[in-house]
Amino acid sequence: MDALALVVSLKLALLTSLLLLAPGIWLGRRLAHSRSRWRPLSESLVALPLVMPPTVMGFYLMLAFSADAPLGGTWQALTGTSLNFSFSGILLASLVVNIPFAVQPIQRAFEALPDHLREAAWCSGLSTWRTFLAIELPLVMPGVISALALTFAHTLGEFGVILMVGGAIDGETRTLAISIYDHVQAFDEGAAGVMSALLLVVSFVTIAVVYGLAARHRWRGR
Amino acid sequence: MHHPQGGHTGLEVDLAQAGPIPLKARFACRPGELLALVGPSGSGKSTLLRAIAGLYAPASGTVHCGGERWFDAEQGVVWSPQRRRVGLVFQDYALFPHLDAADNIATALGHLPRRERRLRAAHWLERVNLEGLERRLPRELSGGQRQRVALARALAREPQVLLLDEPFSAVDQVTRRRLQHELVQLRERLNIPIVLVTHDLNEASALADRLCVLHGGRTLQQGTPSELFRRPDSPEVARLLDRPNIFSGRVVDTAQGLRLGWGEWCLEVAAGLEGLDEGARVTWYLPESDIVLQRRDRPSRGVRENLVTARVDELLVLGGQSSVTLRVPHESQPLRFDISTHAARRNGLAQGAWVNVSLLAAGIHLMQADKLPALPADDHPD
Repeated sequence: MDALALVVSLKLALLTSLLLLAPGIWLGRRLAHSRSRWRPLSESLVALPLVMPPTVMGFYLMLAFSADAPLGGTWQALTGTSLNFSFSGILLASLVVNIPFAVQPIQRAFEALPDHLREAAWCSGLSTWRTFLAIELPLVMPGVISALALTFAHTLGEFGVILMVGGAIDGETRTLAISIYDHVQAFDEGAAGVMSALLLVVSFVTIAVVYGLAARHRWRGR
Repeated sequence: MHHPQGGHTGLEVDLAQAGPIPLKARFACRPGELLALVGPSGSGKSTLLRAIAGLYAPASGTVHCGGERWFDAEQGVVWSPQRRRVGLVFQDYALFPHLDAADNIATALGHLPRRERRLRAAHWLERVNLEGLERRLPRELSGGQRQRVALARALAREPQVLLLDEPFSAVDQVTRRRLQHELVQLRERLNIPIVLVTHDLNEASALADRLCVLHGGRTLQQGTPSELFRRPDSPEVARLLDRPNIFSGRVVDTAQGLRLGWGEWCLEVAAGLEGLDEGARVTWYLPESDIVLQRRDRPSRGVRENLVTARVDELLVLGGQSSVTLRVPHESQPLRFDISTHAARRNGLAQGAWVNVSLLAAGIHLMQADKLPALPADDHPD
């Protein structure tokens, strides 16, 4: 059991899901209400990480993170460290890769809200902001929790992108999934089995939470 | 109402736009008055309601309420729904599903201190006969109870106008009757304009002080239910009000003066023929109540004017009332009227039988086939 890798994985998953929460709500709500003809394009961009092979995703991110690229160069100039092969690098990569998981459940939840509810709130005197806080947010909460859970679970299991961008530096970029791979390569199937079982349980619990909330959401949608 | 009100009370709406939803609507509603907007679906009723509430801004026109200018497209005045103080009951009620009945109402009580809101909400629940149901979520309420909560929420804001968008369409017949009854009672203590959108003409004429007939976003005619049902401005209005008995005829000059020529008959008309040229084509309408069946047992007594012989085409017994359809030889349109079932039996009405009916001269209402300006109000013989 690679405890250090577990800590890196948990830290990465927690930070990714929390950092994506606010942008996910903002973007999900915007997309749900958008009547722009560019909406399909925006939605495609958001969904892109779902269909791109992780190694391809990781390859482009690695290029963008290198010191000669604008993003990597600026980072280097500001912090004096490299984005590639660092925790900051895999966190940034993980944020990008998880955009669809953070946005889509929230977007679906906003789409399921009847327009009349917002209008009724406005006609009751609630400002747009109060309407968001008191009416919309509580009603999309199952979507928000789904987004959190999916992002968390997906980050725990992410392999290709992290490997391309971060390599496998102990305590920095070696996550649980990479550690499992390394242990199997080293014929340490016992440790790999324990860690795999852990990931399996976490994934199952996460999905169970999501479906449980979806079931609760059904009566609310009425 | 053919002219907007001079004073700064009540609601005055004057909106127009070419598209995407065509509008050409002008109407007013006094405090305490209930105005029903009627028309088929797609006639712009709900759009007008949304424009009053501030949920939709048409291309041109104005909305005034309680002396305030809520909307003026030319001046760029567009008050938000929050600022307008409207009470709007949505067709689907739009209750907040995660809040209990009291909190749904308390949401509209933002003008009160936080502590007083639940107390005040309980008071409103009591006024709509829902005391004790404060803690129920909308899904735990019946359709009728939900409608009452929606009404209470709309009123809790102490609005300057109450807007009701098909508020009785989502409940069963029995509940509908009860809710309508409650609205009539509630109205007595409300001194604000009430605008009801409905496609149910019976509901509109039972509840409203005045009706405003809409078609394709245009306000065609406004008036009390009896004015509209007896004196529709145009065949279009008559058809929108689901009136039978619209016919065409010609002006004929007889020894007794101008008459309405209809097939072989020369009908006497109380008002409207004067000034028309002989031979002019007119469209005319007769309210069902102005068709009088001549009793077989007393053929020579009672009303004798405008006697017409017709054949019974259909007799539909609908409980205590029967609906009679008559055919006259020259006319493609039938004559329709209702009669109590026992009177139909007594007179031996049956399909195929020939009967005499009087078409009351005071009821015959002339409309020109295209556009005829509304008759002056004192020309209405009631």
